[in-house]
Amino acid sequence: MRFSGWRVLKEGLTGNKGWAPHWRDPEPQPEYDVVIIGGGGHGLATAYNLAKEHGITNVAVLEKGYLGGGNVGRNTTIVRANYYLPGNSEFYSHSLKQWEGLEEELNYNVMMSQRGQIMVYHNDGQRDAMVRRGNAIINQGDDAELLNREALRKLVPILNYDNARFPIMGGLLQRRAGTARHDAVAWGFARGADQRGVDLIQNCEVTGIDVENGKVRGVQTSRGVIRAKKVALAAAGRSGQVAAMAGLRLPIESHVLQAFVSEGIKPVLNHVVSFAEGHLYVSQSDKGGLVFGSYLDFYSSYAARGNLPMVEHTMETCVSMVPALAKAKVLRSWGGIMDMTPDGSPIIDHSGIEGLYLNCGWCYGGFKAIPGSGNAYAHLIATDRPHGAATKFKLDRFRSGQGLMDEEGTGAQHNLH
Amino acid sequence: MRIICPICGDRDRREFYVKGAALARPEASATLEDWHDHVNLRDNPAGEIKELWYHEMGCSAWIEVCRSTVSHEIVSTRLASTADLGGKR
Ligand SMILES: Cc1cc2nc3c(=O)[nH]c(=O)nc-3n(C[C@H](O)[C@H](O)[C@H](O)COP(=O)(O)OP(=O)(O)OC[C@H]3O[C@@H](n4cnc5c(N)ncnc54)[C@H](O)[C@@H]3O)c2cc1C
Ligand SMILES: [Zn+2]
Repeated sequence: MRFSGWRVLKEGLTGNKGWAPHWRDPEPQPEYDVVIIGGGGHGLATAYNLAKEHGITNVAVLEKGYLGGGNVGRNTTIVRANYYLPGNSEFYSHSLKQWEGLEEELNYNVMMSQRGQIMVYHNDGQRDAMVRRGNAIINQGDDAELLNREALRKLVPILNYDNARFPIMGGLLQRRAGTARHDAVAWGFARGADQRGVDLIQNCEVTGIDVENGKVRGVQTSRGVIRAKKVALAAAGRSGQVAAMAGLRLPIESHVLQAFVSEGIKPVLNHVVSFAEGHLYVSQSDKGGLVFGSYLDFYSSYAARGNLPMVEHTMETCVSMVPALAKAKVLRSWGGIMDMTPDGSPIIDHSGIEGLYLNCGWCYGGFKAIPGSGNAYAHLIATDRPHGAATKFKLDRFRSGQGLMDEEGTGAQHNLH
Repeated sequence: MRIICPICGDRDRREFYVKGAALARPEASATLEDWHDHVNLRDNPAGEIKELWYHEMGCSAWIEVCRSTVSHEIVSTRLASTADLGGKR
């Protein structure tokens, strides 16, 4: 089934009776070439790429809940390619290019909205850092524009330019950045993978990974044993626990990150704006709700909900930076479990066990990574060589200390990102 | 979340800085593997974990807190100085 404007019109006129489910609900087979653990954005995009780019279609995605019920459906949907360090820079650049063609590629409306993202600076030091970052982004081949206070004020008048402690001096704009509809990204990749023969198996929790003589044999699940030539982790916040099933310890702590949505209001904010002060970021959804968040709660957690101090911090910062929003009521808030690495950057690599692959450590930035990660991870699984855009996402960098990618410059330590 | 400081009693989470997993420090002469393990690798349990919290806005004590990462319940606390984390020198 292909989607088109014509099809939507026809269905609209005939009572919408012709739509079929977007994917099958297959029983697990006893054996697959590749089993992917986790039906989030990364797992689904990887399955799609295995089938599409490498012709590997005897693949199952095993999801303990429902497709898209994890972080892929819990994030604040920001997509951008304005990272600074080699490794991250080329990867996110690659991923943004994939985003730009994603809707045509998947024949699915992911509501990709390149509305522009602005990183606001409050002082000379931050301005210098933005200039440097902007140059790195341009060197990478992506777009960056430094805006002074007046130029920024014209684009985004609603901000508080005269906060006594954190006045706004300007911002770094990336016009190609923006937002996408997160659920649709999961659904689009799921549908594309299913159409190419991948089995998407929901309500199937992996409870064990079978390894014999250093080689992976398959997995134990709540729906029985499934054998596999290759097993690929894509379990995001649960990565540590799934890896432990194969006897591995990862450089990962799981932390909670909260997000907030206000009641719908008329359009007041056309861009995604993030602030150097307080880690705050705000955008306005197409429905009119303001979507915002800030820091992690900073303690290990598997509860998909946070605590009040970080709620308070986020509200305080939001009202200081965008005072008009004080009048909007907050409708909803929730949390997601983040797989935090010591340097805040991800891992796409071999696990050290033959046939077992790792994709984890996306921290709070793995939504924008989904198309690029699916592409790169599938390449690694299919060819056993890293994809050109993801050569630096090595597991071993933590042991050796070489090639750490600490974007925030706070130090590559667990409690600092 | 409220943390029980062994000196000050039941206090708001805002008074504390959290350092992360409470781990016994390897000897200075320990191998690279031991240090890698200590600095980077984590059990990351879904359940009870022992962590170091610092009563920054209270008595300045370092506290070993046993806490559930699933419910956020504080199970028990004691002074870090009694938790034998310092290792050998
Ligand atoms: C509040 C919040 C805001 C965020 N904002 C942004 C943002 O603006 N931009 C951005 O780029 N990123 C953002 N992120 C990060 C991003 O959402 C994640 O990094 C990314 O979604 C993680 O990859 P995933 O989609 O594959 O994860 P998930 O969707 O969590 O997928 C992992 C799946 O694995 C399944 N699983 C786990 N264990 C097992 C098992 N044993 N057996 C079977 N299945 C299992 C889970 O059920 C889950 O569905 C945000 C995250 C949160 C929580
Ligand atoms: Zn105290």
